[in-house]
Amino acid sequence: MNSTTSLGQFNPIAIGFFLVFITFTLGITYWAAKQTKSTAEYYTAGGNISGFQNGLALAGDFMSAASFLGIAGKVALNGFDGLIYSIGFLVGWPIVMFLIAEPMRNLGKYTFADVVAFRLQQTPVRIASSIGTLVVVSFYLIAQMVGAGGLIQLLFGLDYNLAIVIVGCVMLAYVTFGGMIATTWVQIIKAVLLLGGATVMALLVLSRFGFNPLTLFAEAANKYGDAVLAPGKEVANPLDALSLGLSLMLGTAGLPHILMRFYTVPNAKEARISVMYATILIGFFYLLTFILGFGAMVLVGRETILHPLGATGAIDKSGNMAAPILAQVLGGSPFLGFISAVSFATILAVVAGLTLSGAAALSHDLWVNVIKKGNSSETEQLKVARIATLLLGVVAMVLGIIFKGQNVAYMVGLAFAIAASANFPSLLMSMVWRGFTTKGAVASILVGTLSALILIYLSPTIQVDILKHTTAIFPLKNPGLVTIPLSFMVGIIVSLFTPEVGMEEKFAETEHLIAGDY
Amino acid sequence: MYIGDFMSERLRSLRALANQRWRVSIWLTAAMMVVYFGFILLVAFNKKLMGQTLVPGLSIGILLGALTIVTAWVLIFVYVRWTNHNYDDQLEKIRNRN
Repeated sequence: MNSTTSLGQFNPIAIGFFLVFITFTLGITYWAAKQTKSTAEYYTAGGNISGFQNGLALAGDFMSAASFLGIAGKVALNGFDGLIYSIGFLVGWPIVMFLIAEPMRNLGKYTFADVVAFRLQQTPVRIASSIGTLVVVSFYLIAQMVGAGGLIQLLFGLDYNLAIVIVGCVMLAYVTFGGMIATTWVQIIKAVLLLGGATVMALLVLSRFGFNPLTLFAEAANKYGDAVLAPGKEVANPLDALSLGLSLMLGTAGLPHILMRFYTVPNAKEARISVMYATILIGFFYLLTFILGFGAMVLVGRETILHPLGATGAIDKSGNMAAPILAQVLGGSPFLGFISAVSFATILAVVAGLTLSGAAALSHDLWVNVIKKGNSSETEQLKVARIATLLLGVVAMVLGIIFKGQNVAYMVGLAFAIAASANFPSLLMSMVWRGFTTKGAVASILVGTLSALILIYLSPTIQVDILKHTTAIFPLKNPGLVTIPLSFMVGIIVSLFTPEVGMEEKFAETEHLIAGDY
Repeated sequence: MYIGDFMSERLRSLRALANQRWRVSIWLTAAMMVVYFGFILLVAFNKKLMGQTLVPGLSIGILLGALTIVTAWVLIFVYVRWTNHNYDDQLEKIRNRN
């Protein structure tokens, strides 16, 4: 196998592409900053984003480096098993469309807690929802930052800590000054670059196989055996497959940075249109990962992917470098440079979206509605929002440096499991069930968060893979199969025991607004 | 008296329409779950079947996986078509009643 990848070396082409991206997006941020004068503009771009633009931005928010580099690598190394992730990440979108997007747009203002707290007591519900949001955002941020540091080290030849600081500072520039307007445009540009880059790459792969994906898959089976086209060891335990599937599907509907994007469009119809475009684009992208993954398997080979820095270099079991090495094989250093810059941009956009949604929970939910009980001037709110953003940005950088060198791949899965167990049940029940109460909501969110955290800690992912114990107390790698039903059950049972005065009237008003009446 | 009846009639039709949307949503959600968990259950319990190749390069697993993504598209299309052509119009009519 060739060991002549230029990974880990100073890559001027990649840095050139990246500087162009940074210059352009900072220009947009400057323009956005001049338009960001109110909290509505800061959190939701004033609701002036069109359905199509928001569809692209949702795709940009969702297609993280984990799905681009991670899934391509998983498919390249494990074949079919990697595709389970592609499919699971996509099927959450129809659920978001049917159950969440439109009611959410009609009922809330800035955060998903607006919806849950709408007809319940503000203080307890907002505190609980903020905990749910911040836990999800923290784990997602750790995964992105650590991934970013490692990637940039390999792709650009920069120092890990320096990479973290660059990501943190550029992201903070976008979010602090340009708020949601700048964040949205960064996500749109990144989505176009990523979709374009992946499409070109897939076409280049297919051109070597007579533009027939089946010839490519057959070649992969020839080289590594028919097993690469069948489910394998990743899902050896049937319950593991089921639990992972459930978390991936329902997690999307509980991710705070995705939910927040529905407030950036003017009405429920545009929210609907945005999910339609997002689903088309993300589905197309995940179909491309089939081709990129098997393309890397055949054209690069597993040995080179496992040893991206040459036969004597460190082993990379994640396979994260499969797509970049494939780019080099297909289009030489310039294409590698381009794909590296796109990967960097991908991380920046996702981190910006996460930070903004976390900042909204801190400032809008906790500061304005819990501490100030809703009595806060517009100027103060905007100032607090920016301070919260800075705070989270610094926390993200610190976490990135603390977790350096740790295996954090499981943290994205964990973030999805917590989102599905903590946020999704309370969000759904607050919109459809008239008997849902404040105590029920708080119990559902807290039990969902805590049980997911505890079971992940007791699972083989931490106990066996990281702590090197021989067995784990909890047998499943992903806790969703237990924690999602548990969160629903606790929410229902506690609500039944704690009826509230005036529940009927408040729910009638909720129904009225969800239906889209003025 | 008249206004009260009028209002409650308006509210009733609004509620009926909202319930109609929830029914459509729940059926489509159920359809997505059946297809997706059907796929996952086959992955979990019938790996042999999923590994069978129909033509060289195309295993049943890869085919069903791609079809699951296509199903998501189709269901979204059905929903958007229904809401754009049916739900929005009815909502508009009810909104204009006062």
